[in-house]
Amino acid sequence: MTSAPDTTIPRSAPSPAPGSGAVVALEHVTKRYGDAPPAVDDLSLTINAGEICVLVGPSGCGKTTTMKMINRLIEPTSGRITIDGEDVARLPAVELRRRIGYVIQQVGLFPHMTVTDNVAVVPRLLRWPAARIRERVDELLELVGLDPAAYAGRYPAALSGGERQRIGVARALAADPPVMLMDEPFGAVDPIRRERLQNEFLRLQAQVRKTVVFVTHDVDEAIKMADRIAILQRGGVLAQYDTPDAILAHPASEFVEHFVGADRGLKRLSLGRVRDLPLQQPAIVRVGERGAEALPKIAASADGHALVIDDADRPLGWIDAGDVAPDAVVTEEAATPGSPPLQPETTLRDALSAMLLSSVQLGVVVDGHDRVLGVVSVDAISDALRAPVDASRASIDGAGDGQAEASVP
Amino acid sequence: MREGQPFFRVDWVIENADVLARRIGEQLFITGIAIVIGFLLSFAVALLVRRYPRLYGPVLGATGLFYSIPSIALFVLLIPITGLSLLTAEIALVGYAMVILVRNIVTALRTVPPEVLEAADGMGYTASQRLWRVELPIAVPIIVAGLRIATVTIMGLVTIATLIGMGGLGYLIVNIGISQRFPTATLVGVTLVVVLSVIIDAALLFGQRRLTPWSAARGA
Amino acid sequence: MIEFLGEVLAWYTDPAQWTGRDTLPQLIFGQVLLAAASLAVAMAIAVPIGLYIGHTGRGAGVAVAMSNIGRAIPSLGWLGIVYPITTALLQRTGHGFLPGLIALVALGIPPIVTNTYAGLREVDRDLQEAGRGVGMSEMQLLTRVEVPVALPVLLAGIRSSAVAIMATAPLMSIVGADTLGTYILAGLDLSDEVQVFAAALLVVVLALLTEVAFALLERRLTSPGLAGPAAGPTLPQRVFGDAPARDPAA
Repeated sequence: MTSAPDTTIPRSAPSPAPGSGAVVALEHVTKRYGDAPPAVDDLSLTINAGEICVLVGPSGCGKTTTMKMINRLIEPTSGRITIDGEDVARLPAVELRRRIGYVIQQVGLFPHMTVTDNVAVVPRLLRWPAARIRERVDELLELVGLDPAAYAGRYPAALSGGERQRIGVARALAADPPVMLMDEPFGAVDPIRRERLQNEFLRLQAQVRKTVVFVTHDVDEAIKMADRIAILQRGGVLAQYDTPDAILAHPASEFVEHFVGADRGLKRLSLGRVRDLPLQQPAIVRVGERGAEALPKIAASADGHALVIDDADRPLGWIDAGDVAPDAVVTEEAATPGSPPLQPETTLRDALSAMLLSSVQLGVVVDGHDRVLGVVSVDAISDALRAPVDASRASIDGAGDGQAEASVP
Repeated sequence: MREGQPFFRVDWVIENADVLARRIGEQLFITGIAIVIGFLLSFAVALLVRRYPRLYGPVLGATGLFYSIPSIALFVLLIPITGLSLLTAEIALVGYAMVILVRNIVTALRTVPPEVLEAADGMGYTASQRLWRVELPIAVPIIVAGLRIATVTIMGLVTIATLIGMGGLGYLIVNIGISQRFPTATLVGVTLVVVLSVIIDAALLFGQRRLTPWSAARGA
Repeated sequence: MIEFLGEVLAWYTDPAQWTGRDTLPQLIFGQVLLAAASLAVAMAIAVPIGLYIGHTGRGAGVAVAMSNIGRAIPSLGWLGIVYPITTALLQRTGHGFLPGLIALVALGIPPIVTNTYAGLREVDRDLQEAGRGVGMSEMQLLTRVEVPVALPVLLAGIRSSAVAIMATAPLMSIVGADTLGTYILAGLDLSDEVQVFAAALLVVVLALLTEVAFALLERRLTSPGLAGPAAGPTLPQRVFGDAPARDPAA
């Protein structure tokens, strides 16, 4: 088995060196509207450079308000917010915002601008030279996995939801801001696409290492995305601020325990990733291969199944000996579709859930271009469960420093 | 109709081509002034309303009141003050144009999706950059739709202005066609009004499509 | 200015306006009669067309096309087209009232058609199904379910039409109809600013009275169950003079 470099992200990383994020600190921040009880109450929080901090909580907990105070779309009533020690209130608001990436759920692409113009908004506001902007736009489109030649001239109306969201992320990254604010960025897409976008963003973040403030109401998303989770309760009170692992293991209060849910144990599965599992190579048959060639491979496999792939190495499904005649060719129709493909960033919880639905209890792992990397088994997940969770968490934390690929066997 | 005369006399049209051209010129001149000034004033009022939303009710009320004055009455009620002049006609016409355009521009600006505004603020556009680079471009299709309605409306109203001596195509319809019982002039006048309206309408639509290529991508 | 208004006031009480030919009562009555007759004919033509289009969903394109034509041809245009035809066919009777009526009918039809059609289209499909489900005939469905529900929008269309007709009626004096326009045209000819102004004020009053009367009528006729903000277009969308009705189908 060879290591599987992730081809979604070009090796020649266009973005700055790791660690370009900045420390964001909230000190005794309060936001009050009129005489009503405060929306955010005396909140203090320090977000480490290069980390994803997820603000999560029930509606009305002030998580979005908190986030918007960082780029001053909302001005705090009292308290101080600093970025790398610099008080945000000292800067003109528009200048501050040009230095902070901003992604929202409905994306808010400018419908009258092409993809290029959308991505170029902040660089143009900052009066970058045209040549540098052009170069940067191409870089960013590649970074979010869209072909510049195909997408640069399109208008938002001609994009799918997932493509729009990627352009939204590219736009936020355009001027290389040290801090990114993301307000339920994947909330408006369907679960399968959300999974993909989350994985893509994690890969991207491993590379760009921004300080990300990420708002969601979804605990599972928080556990998956966060380096550190801040759980807020009604009225903007910080209930707990810690790593996902620590929050699941030791909820600080009844509120937190209730909020993360009764299936806390099961949720710890979300701390592990598919890339932590040993990757096996299944018997592989390509569409169009003759039955006489395919049958021996099936016979030689451990469980009598072979994975059918297409010309681009994408998985199509599983066949057994009964599906193939020696003198016929293997067709796509003969294959029984398996579970949805897994990616290295997929959580063990999602992986297990997908695999239990499949007839063959194996999960196919693919890279960012849907090419087969190998398979993982349910047994491997149960083995991983026996290992201490913290160990698997540690390997995830190491994802950005070049260890990510090595941990995929 | 005078006895023994054909209903439509092509020879008259040909002989009087220069007269017709002058009447067309008058019609377009009066209409053009009303639309340009009406649009500029409406735009200013709409920006004011955008800034101070509380003004919207009173502004709508005032333009609505204006609209409920029959056009013939409005043209002549101002005569004691401004006389039988182009100014009298234009005050009435600009007023009617504003009734349509103020509401239209305000509505157009309000159709910009809130998430687009939020994104624009989040990107660091200043208030005026946001207006000129984001809100107005997005509002263009609706604003042009309003301009199209206003232009066709004003074209029709200008024909009435012949009653206060403004000429234009109304002169052909009323002063020659009806008063002198010469249907040829009426038919030519009406046809020209309709044809000019259609041409201007098509030109505005074409201009809008050119200006907003992105709106065609919608639903693609 | 005060002096001028005094003269206007004096004009109203001048016996010249109350005796002989073309008296105030005669011209006001003439204008109201012309407008009422035009509205009646316009409704008789437009309501059935609108009901047919709205009920069957067929011919919606016709409705839109009609409103566009109504928009492009000014009422003076209708008058100019009709007048030579009526005078050629009917000589003396072809003057005044008849061409005026035809021109005003042409002006009044589009808003009624489009609003009737739009009103019916807004009726819930479920409501139609429910009506058919309890065994109503198509005609019963139309008169007992669809029309009552669509009534506010339909009435708004009739009001638009009525006000437009009343506001435009004075123009029909150009072809000799008895309306307040007779005073205005004569006054313009004689440079009698007082008469022009006095008559124009009355034209405004008649238009506003029509507006108010139909608004009250709408309120009386609307089923209380339908009371809500949706009852028809607001001010600038209505038709006055030559201004076009906003096409509710657009």
